[in-house]
Amino acid sequence: MVSASQSAAPAAAPMTGEQRKWDIDPVLTVEHLTMRFGGLVAVNDLSFNVGRGDITALIGPNGAGKTTVFNCVTGFYKPTEGRTVMRHGAGLLQDMVDEVTAGGLRSIRDGDKAVFLLERMPDFEISQFARVARTFQNIRLFGGMTVLENLMVAQHNTLMTASIYTIGGLIGLPGYRVAEKAAKEKAVYWLERTRLIERADDPAADLPYGDQRRLEIARAMCTEPHLLCLDEPAAGLNPRESAELNELLQFIRAEHATSILLIEHDMGVVMEISDHVVVLDYGVKIADGDAIQVKNDPKVIAAYLGVDDEAEIDIPEVRKDLEEVEQAASDEGSAS
Amino acid sequence: MAAGTPTAPTASNRPQGAQRALEERGDMPPAADHRTSMAGSLRDAATAAFLVFVLGFFFLGVRSDIAPGGLTLTFRWGLLAIAVAIVFGARLLLNIFVFRTARPLTQRMGGAISAQGRAFPNLGKWLGRALFAFAVILPFFFTYFFPGRERQYIDLAILIMTYIMLGWGLNIVVGLAGLLDLGYVAFYAVGAYSFALLAQHFEFIGFWTALPLAGLLAAFWGIILGFPVLRLRGDYLAIVTLAFGEIIRVVLLNWYEFTGGPDGISGIPKPTFFGLEFVRGEGGFADFFGIPFHNIHRFIYLYYIIFILAIITNLVTLRLRKMPVGRAWEALREDEIACRSLGINTTNTKLTAFALGAMFGGFAGSFFATRQGFISPESFTFLESAIILAIVVLGGLGSQIGVVISSIVMIGGIELLRNLGFLSQIFGPNFEPTQYRMLIFGIAMVLIMVWKPRGLVSTREPTAVLKEKKRIGADMVAQGEGH
Ligand SMILES: Nc1ncnc2c1ncn2[C@@H]1O[C@H](COP(=O)(O)OP(=O)(O)OP(=O)(O)O)[C@@H](O)[C@H]1O
Ligand SMILES: [Mg+2]
Repeated sequence: MVSASQSAAPAAAPMTGEQRKWDIDPVLTVEHLTMRFGGLVAVNDLSFNVGRGDITALIGPNGAGKTTVFNCVTGFYKPTEGRTVMRHGAGLLQDMVDEVTAGGLRSIRDGDKAVFLLERMPDFEISQFARVARTFQNIRLFGGMTVLENLMVAQHNTLMTASIYTIGGLIGLPGYRVAEKAAKEKAVYWLERTRLIERADDPAADLPYGDQRRLEIARAMCTEPHLLCLDEPAAGLNPRESAELNELLQFIRAEHATSILLIEHDMGVVMEISDHVVVLDYGVKIADGDAIQVKNDPKVIAAYLGVDDEAEIDIPEVRKDLEEVEQAASDEGSAS
Repeated sequence: MAAGTPTAPTASNRPQGAQRALEERGDMPPAADHRTSMAGSLRDAATAAFLVFVLGFFFLGVRSDIAPGGLTLTFRWGLLAIAVAIVFGARLLLNIFVFRTARPLTQRMGGAISAQGRAFPNLGKWLGRALFAFAVILPFFFTYFFPGRERQYIDLAILIMTYIMLGWGLNIVVGLAGLLDLGYVAFYAVGAYSFALLAQHFEFIGFWTALPLAGLLAAFWGIILGFPVLRLRGDYLAIVTLAFGEIIRVVLLNWYEFTGGPDGISGIPKPTFFGLEFVRGEGGFADFFGIPFHNIHRFIYLYYIIFILAIITNLVTLRLRKMPVGRAWEALREDEIACRSLGINTTNTKLTAFALGAMFGGFAGSFFATRQGFISPESFTFLESAIILAIVVLGGLGSQIGVVISSIVMIGGIELLRNLGFLSQIFGPNFEPTQYRMLIFGIAMVLIMVWKPRGLVSTREPTAVLKEKKRIGADMVAQGEGH
């Protein structure tokens, strides 16, 4: 465990000598993450960093294990092996990380700095204390509650404290009323940002698909996360909605202290907004770098074109191309 | 249908199964000809009738009697023909009006009822106020207008009010938190036995001291039950709660030294009015206030106790709905995983729902004990849980006014049957309507579930409003675990 923390996330792709931004100031570090379902290894020894203030994209073909990584990070699955470190406060905070790991603790706090070992925490505490929020690949809204209520539920813990665990609220203390008003204001802020303000009093299940996606992001943002994990937010959106989503994500990055980890299939979106791209294939990381590096990585191209079965490809030019790519990929593999 | 395409908007939020099929039938284009055709309906009805003929032949058509020379067979063709005809006719009517038509009759009636609801959006509110006002003056209303029978009516009102309170208590667990609890009567029993046993062992404990204790003990048992069932989902939750209810009853029945077993506990003290007992003579309630003693005073007093307890239950629930914990209950019903992703401790949230529901059940239980003066495990069977649940479901999960209406209909309606003289004229002097209680319950439930699958009052009122309060239709609202 301790040795693993010496160098965070070894780079898969060969890099220039200087350290990359996300390795110097990571908000989240995933180290040697392995998740097995019976005999199936969904994620295999995966390590990467998510830079503070970055938009990091996690990409890969279907079934590569992306959602599984999210579920491990947010505590919905208990990883078979590995460590996930969440940091509040700039830098690697190496001393604190070592201390919390060695001490068998879940988290450690020092002033406004804090370190959390997510694999030791239950899911709701990851959201509550480590401040990692997420959305789901198949949207999970509270369909029978209004849009506004969805955002109020997201502020549960703040309101719970303000109502002194319901008792204060029940007897009508003014503190709770103030807190509820503030919660509503925050909800309105995010509704305006996501252009849902007109639908505030409609049930969430009534919204069109694109609005539901945005509402889920707004709801996650209402928990004031340090890290926002989005599972295919652009899936099923039309090009205009997709462009608006990009704007929203860039707004979040620019105006809020929230880093974004994003699963995305649409390479256009990934290339346009992400600072850092991690590529998974069959649960293994095959590339890690900025968008340009990854785009030109032969292994990535091979993974995305799916060159397992050459016999299926009949067009000679394509086959030639693929062979070149594969050749390059195997060279790469033997070189590293 | 839209649900099949990858961009199905709310596929995961929509109700599942039959409910969904029912709701989607409205959006479908008129079904193909062969489905709605008369010939098809006739053929289907004929098939059903034939099946009845085959099955009924041995059960209805032939009757065997033991005669001196062995069995004699009597053929009852008439009876069989009647059964076949009934099935043929009923099936045909159902086909024509419900199963094989683009606009089923049931749907039209359901639509008419909800349209009525939309036409009078404040209907529920005004109905609630009117019922409340009537409940306040109820004992005087009956003593004034029905002298001589007031005791019977007030007794019935007390009974209905008890079920309203139980329904409201269970509504927290089932309606708001969406946890199907089939053993609610266990907490009712805990409340009743807590008071009875405390009063038996400690001289100084009266109803008012025992009431909070009974509530606390029931809440404690709610948490005890809550722990094992927290991880359970769906049907498993329902089965374990059912078993828990039975365990409590069986323990009460068999722990003879402690609970008196089947003999029960008697001599449970009556509630006092600030220390004044409702007895004749010196120091009693009537004597203190200088009014002539009348037996009815005690019943009126009991009525107001349960009325106030029920109102407290209602107010607390309504208020909690607007608190973070209440919203968390409803969110839990909608989607537990999403709740956890937002930092809600679902374990604690479920436990508070169980504990609060149980507490109100416990209050009602200790009231039951003091009203009866005698309790035994007989009163806490599964049937009781089922009735309370039926009240909640028929009223509409989560709806407070719905519980009131369905309690009045279910409990009051049954009692009403007892008093309808003409029924025994039709069915003969031996007709005892209460024997058909369950049959009537069943028919009422089937009818309501066909017309209004989500109960009488099926819309949900939002707990936070920005501009305009819009009630949310039942098809949006999830039902939680075990439904
Ligand atoms: N709870 C589970 N139990 C068993 N196997 C699982 C479970 N969750 C995921 N898997 C398996 O792990 C592998 C990775 O799944 P995952 O959902 O993480 O893929 P993904 O990269 O998100 O794919 P997609 O792009 O289709 O969303 C798949 O083979 C999947 O079947
Ligand atoms: Mg996925």
